[in-house]
Amino acid sequence: MASALCLCVRRSLPAEPSSRVFLSLDMPSDVGLVEEAVELLNRHCFAGRTPPPSARTQFRLRVALAEALANAIQFGNQSDPAKRVRIIAELISDEIRLGVSDQGVGFDPSRVPEPTSPESLEGECGRGLFLIRHLVDRLEFNDQGNTIWMTLPRS
Amino acid sequence: MGFTKTAKGAGVVVVSIEGQLIVGNRQELKALIQESLDHGDRKFLIDCTRTGYIDSSGLGALVSIAKKVREATGELRLAGLNNDLRSLFELTKLDTLFPISPTPDQALQGF
Repeated sequence: MASALCLCVRRSLPAEPSSRVFLSLDMPSDVGLVEEAVELLNRHCFAGRTPPPSARTQFRLRVALAEALANAIQFGNQSDPAKRVRIIAELISDEIRLGVSDQGVGFDPSRVPEPTSPESLEGECGRGLFLIRHLVDRLEFNDQGNTIWMTLPRS
Repeated sequence: MGFTKTAKGAGVVVVSIEGQLIVGNRQELKALIQESLDHGDRKFLIDCTRTGYIDSSGLGALVSIAKKVREATGELRLAGLNNDLRSLFELTKLDTLFPISPTPDQALQGF
């Protein structure tokens, strides 16, 4: 079966002072595609790296991206099949800047409760953003709260 | 990617997570354990030896499964987590909720 995912790759011109690679992926609001999207991005984010990135580095990217996609699909787009999720990756030397945008109304990240309190510990939901915060080097949101920017190491 | 269910001695059902436990397949694992509970099984070992990564939906599914097993007066243990997987349980304090053994064999001895 043909994949529903199509990744675009753009490289900066060699004359530019720092070499950059830009990846973009537009996907439907389908949680069944999260694993495939994560593997595709993981492969391209670390392509050609010598030595190859550690298992820990790849684990951080995979989990953080899977979380961001699940949040965008389920909470941002409310699993509406008419709405899309867009992923942008900017690869700059030893750093990956990953942006995940949905078409929802956005949320206020400061209002997400702490999931490790005794009363929340046995809850089924609410750990996604908490995990992302611990896995990435830097975390930012746009003003509307429907785009998350995560900075991760590339080696 | 998928789940393999095998029966071990002493009535323990071992469920191996091969690949990812994430938002796209967590319901499958919940259904598999529920089916075993309905069948009368009460002792479960989740083997993560061949697991790649788990997201928060996967962790949430394990919390929900553990609750159901406990309500049925059963027992659920985890084993075979690598350092990365273990760090997710420690960060979220879920290591306080599940008995976690280094290897499946050690977990089986604990039942």
